[in-house]
Order: sequence, then structure tokens, then C-alpha cells
Amino acid sequence: MLKTFQIEQNEFLKEIGNIARFTGKFFRTVIKPKQEYKEFLNQCFWIGFKTFTLVGITAFIMGLVLTIQSRPTLVEFGAESMLPAMVSVSLIREIAPVITALICAGKIGSGIGAELGSMRVTEQIDAMEVSGTNPFKYLVVTRVMAATLMVPVLSSLANAISLYGGYLGVNIRGSVSWNLYWFQVFDALSFGDLIPAIVKTFFFGFAIGIIGCYMGYYSKKGTEGVGRSATTAVIVASLLVFIIDLIAVQVTDLLGLT
Amino acid sequence: MIDMKNSTPIVEVKNLYKSFGSNHVLKDFSMEVSPGENIVVLGKSGSGKSVLIKCIINLIQADAGLLKILNQSIQDMDEDEVDQLRSEIGFLFQSNALYDSMTVRQNLEFPLRRHWSTDHRKQGAEKAVLEALTDVGLAHTIDMMPAELSGGMKKRVALARSLILKPKVILYDEPTTGLDPITSREISELMVHVQKKYNATSIIISHDMNCIRITSNRVIMLIDGKNYAEDTFENLKKSTDPKIREFFD
Repeated sequence: MLKTFQIEQNEFLKEIGNIARFTGKFFRTVIKPKQEYKEFLNQCFWIGFKTFTLVGITAFIMGLVLTIQSRPTLVEFGAESMLPAMVSVSLIREIAPVITALICAGKIGSGIGAELGSMRVTEQIDAMEVSGTNPFKYLVVTRVMAATLMVPVLSSLANAISLYGGYLGVNIRGSVSWNLYWFQVFDALSFGDLIPAIVKTFFFGFAIGIIGCYMGYYSKKGTEGVGRSATTAVIVASLLVFIIDLIAVQVTDLLGLT
Repeated sequence: MIDMKNSTPIVEVKNLYKSFGSNHVLKDFSMEVSPGENIVVLGKSGSGKSVLIKCIINLIQADAGLLKILNQSIQDMDEDEVDQLRSEIGFLFQSNALYDSMTVRQNLEFPLRRHWSTDHRKQGAEKAVLEALTDVGLAHTIDMMPAELSGGMKKRVALARSLILKPKVILYDEPTTGLDPITSREISELMVHVQKKYNATSIIISHDMNCIRITSNRVIMLIDGKNYAEDTFENLKKSTDPKIREFFD
């Protein structure tokens, strides 16, 4: 039993080392000339545009539900008028970026993991290498860059859409005018809320991209391996989102931005 | 007939070793291939045939030994030099390895991205793609997706892709595996046609006896990680060595 635990621990540490090496290779490759702009834009479209509907619907429901559920508590304390402010701070600082990142980890992480995994087991990555194209640059760098750029964009859109959901939630039981709602929302928010929330989404996007690519790029054992790559990509990327969020909160706190 | 004694080998493999953990796949393997030759490497499944050609093109790094292609040692090259050398080598994968998210045209244009300038591509890509597809008899599939093609057609398109840069050496990894006997013979004959048209040298990994009979000038028997025997197909067929006979009986 102890031996099995030790073996698993060694495998775990080896995997972390491999991911670190993979990340290092990404930074070494990204600065090399001859960028794959066309593939990068293509990936931005697939990652950004094709995920937008899912993120948008989720964000809207998130804002609506959070508002409806927070209302009774605030009413109990006679602080119903604080509802837009409370909802906006919760959504912008924490809920919208994290939920968006988790959705992206599920959709983008698994998509990249499965796509690259299937390319690996059908020798398409080898075929690229043989044709003289650097598959790491063409497949990994473009996807990681697109995820790093698109997750913040999606998160920003999710912020806006969730606040619209919040407006609807406020008005289901109460009556707050459009102008008053937005005045209260922006009055409660500061750059100290917005900037760290946006900055951390770049790290979320990078983590989702790099984990999805790593799992897919080194996929093994045929179709079973492809499925495993996709699943592992989602699990590890989701876990990393929470770890990054935890670190971001600590850093924000240390910098006095809370 | 190819004059092997008076020509410098286009591919030279000397004392090649490759292991995966405790599994020693290639042990002191050597061979030479002369320009214009069609060599078949024959061996049992798992004997290291595919590993050998992947070592030749540097997809797998050999543990020890010498690998020279077109008179250049691929092991001593940097990444860019290897990419450049690869433009002279075509590789037909066992699984075809067609990019399934791209059309046939895009599949064939892909190798040109690295080796042709943008202007050259704009002017000549269409012609080169059509020429390669015509050579394999599939010009009408140019805008189709790989998923719309049959197994034999995929193999032909993959062959067209490996020909697009007019390589001097073509490596075939089990080109007829999974094909019916008729398609298998067509592909084998196509390989001979291509070799003559492009004046290319071929190294073919196969255990399809019909394919070997049609395509080979010389057969190398890869047994126990070594070059166990090499001769023409007909001479090996007459051999009384039990290890060789296993393949022909």
C-alpha cells in the first residue's frame, strides 16, 4: 500500500515536472520568428466565438439567480437597496471570472485535449513534423495564445451579461429603474475590483490552454488515451483555475487592492 | 538494374541501436540504399521496422549508430537543418495521417508552407497540388474532406502529399496494410510508377508479400534487431534458412 502510494506520488511529481518543461518549451518557442498568425486567428474564432453562447447564457442565469437568492437575506437586514452593489461586486470580482474559466476549462480544455490527442494517435502530429512544420508552434503556441487572449474577453463579456441578469433579478420582486441600477453598480465598483479580476483571467486562459495542449500532445494508448486526455485536461485545468484564483486573492490582498 | 557498387549510398545506416526501456528493438542494424533503389525491409510485427524508418527521418532519436541521408548526418543537424533535409524526403504513414480538419487541397498544400515562399505558393501551389493528385489518379477529390474518401483513396492522397515536394527519398510505412488485395496491388504498382517518374529512392516497410514482389529491387530481413539477410525477393524465397522461410511459407 505504501509502495503504491510512493509510486503514485513519484508519477504525480514527474507529471508536474513534465508540465513545467512543456510550459518552458512554450515560452522558448513563442519568441521564435515566423508566427502562425492565420492559425492563431482561427483558434481565436473557435475558442472565443464558439464558446460565447455558452458563456453568455450561463452568465445571464448566474446574475439572475445570484440576485434572486441574495434578496431575502438583504431584505431581512433592511439592506435591500444594497442589492445591485452586492451583486455587482460578487459577480465582477469572483463569480463571473471563475465560472467563465470553469466553463472554458470544460469546453476549451477538453476540446484541445481531444483534438491534439486524436492528432497524436493518428500520427498527424508526426506528419506535420515530417513536412517541416514545427507542430509545437503550429498547434500548441497558437492554441495557448488564443486561450490566453480569449478567456479574458469571454470573462469581460460574462461580467456585462451577468449584470444584465442581475438587473432582471432585482426587478422580479422589486422595482429599480435602469439608470439607478447601473448607477449603484458602478458606484460600488472600483478599478481595484476590476483590474485584478481581469488580470487573473489571463492566467486562467493560459492554464486552460497549456493543460489542454499538454494532455493532448502527449496522448498515448489510442482512442482510450484520447478520452483520458480530454477528461484529465478538464480536471487539471479546473483545479488550476481554483489554485490561481486563490493565489490571485492573496496577491490582491497583499497589494492592498481589496 | 541499379549499380550498387559504383554509387554513393543515398541512405546509409550503420550500427544502429534503439531501445525502449528494456526492449532492445534495433541492435547493431546496418544497411545501405543506392540512388533509385526500391528497398523493402521485411520483419515480424514489433521487430522494429517502423522504428527504423522513424529513426531515419529523426522522428525517433536513435541511441547509437550512424544515420546518413543524402550524404548528410541527420543526427548532427539542428532543427532548421533537419526541416530542410525533410523537404527532400517523403513519408507515407501507415495510418495515412491526413489532417482530418483540412480538405485534400489543404492537406497537399501544407508541406509547401514551410518550404515555399508566399509568392511561390501563390503562383505554383495549385499546379503542384493538381499534378501530385493527377499522378495518383485522384484530381477530382481536390475539394473533398478525408472523411469522404475510401481507405485506398486516403492512401493515394497521402502518397500525393508525400510527393508534393518531389522528394529524392520516399519512406513507406506499411503502405498496403488494411487494404483489400486489389487496392493493395494498385497501390504497389502506383509506388513503382511514382518511383520511376520522380526517380526517387524508396524504403518500404512491409510484410505484404505481393507488395514486396511488385515493388522491391532488394529485400532486407530485419530479424532480432539486425540486418539478418538481404537479397532479391526471388533469391530470398529460395532460401532454406528457417528464419527466412517463416516469411515465405
